[in-house]
Amino acid sequence: MRRPSLGAILLGLVPFTAVCFSVALWDRVDPMVLGLPFNFFWLISWLLLTPVCMWGAYRWERRARPTPGTNKAVDVEL
Amino acid sequence: MLNSSLVALAIISGIVAAGSFAGFLARSHRKMDLEQWTVGGRGFGVVLVWLLMAGEIYTTFTFLGASGWAYSRGGPVLYILGYQPLMYVVSFYILPLIWEVGQRHGLQTQADFFQVRYGSTYFAAFVALVGVISLLPYVQLQLTGLGLIVEVASFGAVHRTLAMIVAFALVAAFVFVSGVRGVAWASVLKDLLLLFAAVFLGIAVPYRYFGGIGSMFWALAHARPAHLVMPGATSDLGHAWYVSTVLMFAVGFYMWPQFFAASFTASSGNVLRRNAVFMPLYSVTMPLMFIVGFAAVLVLPGLHNGDLALLTLVQRTFPAWFLGIIGGAGALTAMVPAAIQILTAATLFAKNLCRPILAPDMSDRQVALLAKIMVLVLTGGALFLAIHSSISLVSLLLLGYAGIAQLFPGVVLGLFSRRVTTPGISAGLCVGIGIAVLLILTGRDPYRGLNAGFIGLCFNFAVTAVISLFTQVRVAGFEEALPAAAALESGEGAIT
Repeated sequence: MRRPSLGAILLGLVPFTAVCFSVALWDRVDPMVLGLPFNFFWLISWLLLTPVCMWGAYRWERRARPTPGTNKAVDVEL
Repeated sequence: MLNSSLVALAIISGIVAAGSFAGFLARSHRKMDLEQWTVGGRGFGVVLVWLLMAGEIYTTFTFLGASGWAYSRGGPVLYILGYQPLMYVVSFYILPLIWEVGQRHGLQTQADFFQVRYGSTYFAAFVALVGVISLLPYVQLQLTGLGLIVEVASFGAVHRTLAMIVAFALVAAFVFVSGVRGVAWASVLKDLLLLFAAVFLGIAVPYRYFGGIGSMFWALAHARPAHLVMPGATSDLGHAWYVSTVLMFAVGFYMWPQFFAASFTASSGNVLRRNAVFMPLYSVTMPLMFIVGFAAVLVLPGLHNGDLALLTLVQRTFPAWFLGIIGGAGALTAMVPAAIQILTAATLFAKNLCRPILAPDMSDRQVALLAKIMVLVLTGGALFLAIHSSISLVSLLLLGYAGIAQLFPGVVLGLFSRRVTTPGISAGLCVGIGIAVLLILTGRDPYRGLNAGFIGLCFNFAVTAVISLFTQVRVAGFEEALPAAAALESGEGAIT
């Protein structure tokens, strides 16, 4: 069985902590940022920051366990 | 009025026709056997898998429902922005492994996965049944949304029932001719229109009434400060509800049989992992839908049905042709997901329920034929429910989600644990569904501030663990059903 590496799991826990478990810390209107209520602004930022974390997890997975047989040409084919 | 409604309806019909045509084109030059029809011949790359999965995320519920929740409930609508990035995080870890098992065993449906992993035809048939039953209210929801759009766009001239009947004749025909590949291409048009609608409305509506998004929120924060934070306009959707709902949706999303099976269409597991990294960017149009709903709180107070907030606002603000474009985008966001939901439910019924249990000697060709008949039966069933049901849309979706999320322990423990047993998983699934359905049907959702489906899921895990400890692990054929240790034979697996 191939479990995800620890580093990749820890990186995945970052968005979970930021947008789910910590809700009591950021669910308020003030301070408004860029004209948005703070909770709204916080969640929108994490739409952009989650891919950053998961890109890190992706790189980590690839380095920890390179997958033989994956072909770049196949990946981009429609 | 009549003139405006004709303009709006003509534009909606044109958009629906263009979407159906895109789906029809995609089928040309391809032989339509069961595998091509259901999993597109298993050869989709990053772009098509992205389109297929993304095409399924924007449904009528997100188009009308997100703005509607922002309008009627306020702060709790943020759960949508919470679970969407997290469901992709979950998919990063499980979808590539599901794909690998699918590739090695030539799997086409979610129930196939349970069949090879747990080795019980009856359990797999039960999983298929859970999938079909959970999908019906979801299809019903798309139908009802479509009915609302046509009703508003015709300024009340076309009756909702008639609109739903016409639209779903179209959806059934669309599923028939194109299969999964056609749906993926039709969703291109749908997503372009939706992107345009979201960006335009999210900016133009606050600008028109308040002079900008910032001034809109400033006005709302002063007029109704409690509306923008949880529990908003509700009494029981607080932080505990948010956390439990976000967790249940994040793990439940890829348990929908259509998303689960969409992973089989990928050409490699790596395609799915890379998709999972970037998919959260696709949700950036959601906040714009919320903004329209929040604007409606001050502009259109007192609507009896929150789901009408976006359409009514568009109808009052813009000319009829523009209402037609928004309505057309909305109609496609109902039709494309409905098409794939029906396709999935029909295949599950024919392949995993009917053949193994009732008629073991059916040929693949007969299964494909039965699946096509079931497209008509299930569409008709959803239409019947949409016309006659009095249960609210939100409770329907919650009921479907609370049911489908109970499959999560079977999938995740199936992939990562050797110790989990078939009796354990089956018992956990039954207990989880039983508790969730009981709480929801007796009006106890949320229960003590927690999402009912989440409570069911906790019991599900607990029962699975306890029963698994006291039962024997299945031995025969067990190892090969798990994802391989490292190497995988690319290209030629179990499929020929």
